[in-house]
Formats: sequence, structure tokens, C-alpha cells
Amino acid sequence: MHNALIRLLAAILLVLPLASLSYAADDESGTPHYPKNKPRHVSWSFAGPFGTFDPQQLQRGLQVYREACAACHSLGYVAFRTLASESGPHLSADAVRALASEYIIEDPDAPEGERPGRASDVFPDAPPYPDANPPDLSVITKARTVERGFPTFIFDIFTQYQETGPDYLYSLLTGYQDPPDDVEVPDGNYYNPYFVSGTALAMPPPLFEEAIAYAQNADDNPNNDVPETVDQYAKDVTAFLMWTAEPHMTDRKSLGLAVMIFLIVLAGLVYYTKKKVWAEAH
Amino acid sequence: MQHDYFPRYEPKTAVGRWFDDRLPLTRLMYDSFVAYPVPRNLNYFYTFGGILSIMLVVQIVTGVVLAMHYVPHEDFAFDSIEHIMRNVNYGWLLRYIHSNGASMFFLAVYIHIFRGLYFGSYKAPREILWILGVVIFLLMMATAFMGYVLPWGQMSFWGATVITNLFSAIPLVGESVVTWLWGGFAVGQPTLNRFYSLHYLLPFMIAGVVALHVWALHVTGQTNPTGIEVKSKQDVVPFTPHATIKDAFAMTLFLILFAWFVFYLPNYLGHADNYQKADPLVTPAHIVPEWYLLPFYAILRAVPSKLFGVVLMFGSIAVLFILPWLDTSRVRSANYRPLYRQFFWIFVVVCIGLGYLGAKPAEGGYVVAARILTIYYFAHFFLILPLLGLFENPRPRPASIADSVLGPADQPSGAPAAAGGVAAPETRG
Repeated sequence: MHNALIRLLAAILLVLPLASLSYAADDESGTPHYPKNKPRHVSWSFAGPFGTFDPQQLQRGLQVYREACAACHSLGYVAFRTLASESGPHLSADAVRALASEYIIEDPDAPEGERPGRASDVFPDAPPYPDANPPDLSVITKARTVERGFPTFIFDIFTQYQETGPDYLYSLLTGYQDPPDDVEVPDGNYYNPYFVSGTALAMPPPLFEEAIAYAQNADDNPNNDVPETVDQYAKDVTAFLMWTAEPHMTDRKSLGLAVMIFLIVLAGLVYYTKKKVWAEAH
Repeated sequence: MQHDYFPRYEPKTAVGRWFDDRLPLTRLMYDSFVAYPVPRNLNYFYTFGGILSIMLVVQIVTGVVLAMHYVPHEDFAFDSIEHIMRNVNYGWLLRYIHSNGASMFFLAVYIHIFRGLYFGSYKAPREILWILGVVIFLLMMATAFMGYVLPWGQMSFWGATVITNLFSAIPLVGESVVTWLWGGFAVGQPTLNRFYSLHYLLPFMIAGVVALHVWALHVTGQTNPTGIEVKSKQDVVPFTPHATIKDAFAMTLFLILFAWFVFYLPNYLGHADNYQKADPLVTPAHIVPEWYLLPFYAILRAVPSKLFGVVLMFGSIAVLFILPWLDTSRVRSANYRPLYRQFFWIFVVVCIGLGYLGAKPAEGGYVVAARILTIYYFAHFFLILPLLGLFENPRPRPASIADSVLGPADQPSGAPAAAGGVAAPETRG
């Protein structure tokens, strides 16, 4: 009889909160929840336990950043020298120096108060933007996320899905569209159903078909040509910004593999030792 | 624990004897971690004490190195974290170990606490041992909270604002207390600086209380899944090699889980908002603490009155201090308490449910659900536990620990009648 009582109590305890939760779900029709659309999944080269960056993609992404984003968005934590990273964009030392020298760096010790950039400098701040504060993009792929919801967030532990940030950024960059009739978009804003905190955002669509001529398409080799589309630009710049957010990712994952193998072998050895020690105790 | 089950320390060399006569440190270590008798029937839930001490060491070692590169200044804290992540050799590894280590520390401590609840580890004569554990838990929460503020991201700043503001609920002096905590009129440079100082101090206080915790443990001896005290040498094995190697195996498995997060999901347990620099002018859409504080956050927000919410939140931990006197049952282990065992699992689900609700916005049905679970949380301690001890019929227990492992000895007298039925729950260990 006790057991029956307890089961009843447990059932009530489970049902009551669940019922009030479904009430909560109904309630949500009142307060809108963003984003309207979940981010679209991209199959990134850097996903998964063996993921790495594609240097060519990062170089293209750097170009997209410089031509489409840099007018408003800074990259203040990224030093030019790191662009030479082998697991990153892998620019040559000369290319890094040449790129750095295209920037003017404020330096109180320089004769004029400013000088051409060096490899050791970081990207200088973007010019100030009136009435808005475009965020620095160095860690933007880690600073944005979309809630995964139950039970997906539990599966993510096992699938090692870590790409909500990049998926979100890609979806946002490619997600601009005409607003549906029932949505009113304030002046100076742009409708985007992937935007995480509203229906529209102040950033105008930054990418256009064929707006950026990829350097790698200009060479004589037609095999490495990539399409010059919004979709491709968005993927490339997102990959680049994933690298700027997590420049040691490749090191992390490869060290992780070694650590895992070590720990699993160690666990096996310790287990058999334990078995032997306890053989007489049981 | 007073015993003569296993040979005590005997210095074997002249130097050893000389040292032992002056400072018997080796003797203390030997008698505590080699000759110390451990119940032979401990299951793997009893390995989390060892895992926790390793986690404390991991956190202190990584934390001390991180402190060499971190700058506790509102303008540079966030930048110094990025500096650690990018420019410091293996800085990313140190930081990810430290931030995920906090989560693993709490995961382990929750398993440790629930193990204590299940097997009645808080009952006489282990009340002090248990209370010291609750003190450690409180210190851990304070340390983790202050550590989370140090990166000075959006969630750091606003989390600090929300939690310190709780003290404004104190009648009359609340506002003054909050100003005093902040060192100003908002969370700012003085707050960050003192949190850094305290975040460095508290782990060493934890280490001190851990020493007391282990001392108390070694006075009373460990509990075990039967809840029966050690009666003879038959019941125990020496700490080394038996417990040492078993703990080592559990630790290695735990480290695999830890490494899974550090190397493959380093930001899974954190908040994206904390990769944005703190901005006092922009409030995040949802201010949420780290996962391990969510159940308490849910209790706080379940109450309409701020003061009462704060009281209940602290009360939900404070109740653990008096738990040894709330549980009226004289049987320790839930293995022999058929009703308590079921209420235990309901309680586990309620705590997880509170954690889930703590992550949800405080609106509509979520609040209703949080209220129901909060009421149950306290009812578990103040109604169910006192009453269960009066009404529950515990199942017969084995005569000794050795009996439960090796089967009852062939003695007609004193062997419990239901011994056959009792052996079953022990095999789970």
C-alpha cells in the first residue's frame, strides 16, 4: 500500500510540472521567441574530433572579411603574425608583412604618431560607426549561439556538436529576405528570420553575388576555382571567424586524441591491476 | 579509526626512526593511506571523494598558473583572457581545464552528496563529517561564482550584479550591505579586484576544510552500502592497495569524461554571452548562472517575495546542516529502506527538474512548476524524512559486512532469517 501511495505521489509530482510546462509552451505564443528559424547546418571542415581548418578557405574568408566586414567590424584580438599559422590561413611570412603594412597603426612612439603595421600588430580598430556599435568579430562565433532545446542539447555531448555559433553566423549572413506581410520592419532595419534577438537587425545585408573576386580564382589553375556566391562567401568568412575565435583548435583536437588514447590504455591497465588486487577480497 | 587490523607504520631505517621520533609525518600518511581499513564492500560511488581531491588539486594548479597571466582590471580582464587563449603557451589548455574543471568538480560533488544521501552517510556518528562537507560545498559555490566573474564577460558582470543584489533583500541594511560588497554603487573595478582576491583565497580554505573532512572520516571510518559498522577484520581491506587502485581506476574514467569536454566541447558548459566583454549598459536577454547553481536559482525565482526567495535559496542548502537530525530512521542505507529508496529517487528527479527550470525564463508555467518542485524539495526534508523513520518497516540487514559480500557464515545462531533475500542488494556494489 505504501508503494502505491508513493507511486501516486511521484506521478502527481511529475504530471503537475509537466502540465504547467505545457501551459508555459502555450503561453509562449504571447511573448515571441527568436530566432524565428533555427540555424541551418553546414558541414564544416573544422567540425568533429578530427576537424581541421582549410587554409585556402580561411584565406578566402580573410578576403571576405577585409572587403565586406572590415569597414564596420574590428578584429582586435587577432595579430597579423598569427595569419601565418600552419593550422590557420598559412600565409607566407612575406605575405603577412605585406598585409600588415597596408594598415596604419597608431603608435605614440612613431614620429608622426602612426606608422605602417608590422606582423606583431593586431588588426586596428574599424572606423567608428554613427549611432551603432558593430561588435568586434574576433570571438563572434563563440559569442553567439541559439538555444538547442531539450533533448538535443544532451545528444550534442555525444555527437560533439560545437558549431551553433558558425551555423548561426552563416544562416544570418545568407538569411536576409523580404519580410512577410504580417511583420513590420522598423526604418533602417533589415528583416532576417535567423536573427537571434528580433525579427530585424540594423546590419544591412553585407554579401552580394560576385561582389568579391576571389584571389585564388585569378590564377591559371581552374581546378581550385570556387563559386563567387553569397553562400560561398558566407561559409568562407564564417570559417575564417571560427579560426580567429579558436586559433588553437587544431592543436586542441590533436592533443585531445593523444590524451584520450593515453587515458583509455591507462584505464585498461589500471582495471586489470585492480582486478588482480581484489581477486581474493571478493 | 582505532584498529589493529593491519600493521601500523614501523620505521625500517635509522633515519626513519630519527624522523619518526621528532615528526611522525610518515607515520601519519602511512596509517591514513596505507594501513587504514576500508570496508570491503564499497562500490564505485565511494570513489568520488578521491576524485574530488584530485579535482581540487587540478583547479589550484591551473588556477595559480592562470593567475600569472590574468589582469584583474575592468578594462583588461577580458583582454587578458583572450591573451591567455591566444598567446600564452598552452594557455587555452590551462583555461579550458580550469573552466571545465569547475563543472567536473561540481558533477563529482553532486554524485558524492547524493551517495551520502542514499547510504545515510550523515547519520551518527558522522554528523560533523557531513557538516564539514556542506561547508566545503558552500565554499565551492562561492569560489565558482567569483571565478565566473573574473573573465569580465557579459554573463560575469550581470551574474555578479544579480547575485550581489540578493543581499539588498536584507531588511534595513540591505542597500548598505550591497554597496559595501561592491565597493561602490555598481559592480565595477573594486568588485572585480576583491572577487579575484577571494577567488584565490577560498580554494585554500576549501583545502583546509577538506583536511578536517578527511580527519573526521578517519576517526569514524567510512560508511558502506550496508550501513553496518565495521565489526572485524573480515569486514575490511587495507586502503593500499585495495582502495588506492580502485580509486585510481575511477579517477581515470572520470578524467576521460573531463578530457572529452576540455578537448572537444570546451565551451559547451559555458555561456556564449561570456565571450562578449562586460557592458554595464546592455543587459543580456536571460541572465543565467552556470548549470551547477541552477536548482538554487530556480528556488530563488520561484518565490514572489525577494527576501523570502533569498531565504529559501540559502535555506535549501542550510537544511543540509540539520539533515542528520531530520532523518529519524535508525537504518542508514537506502538498500534496506524500501520507502526511502523511492523517495530518494523522486528527490533526485526533483533536483534535476529544478535545474532545468532554473535555466528557463521565469514566466508562466515555468514558475508554477518551480514552485511545486520547491515545495517538494523542502517537504522532502521537513515532512518525508522525519515521518518515514516512524512509519517505514526496514528490511532485515546482514549480520556483518563480510556476510553481505561472502555470504552468511555457517553459524546457526545470530544469522538473520532472511539472509537469502538480503544478499541481493549487496551484489549491486
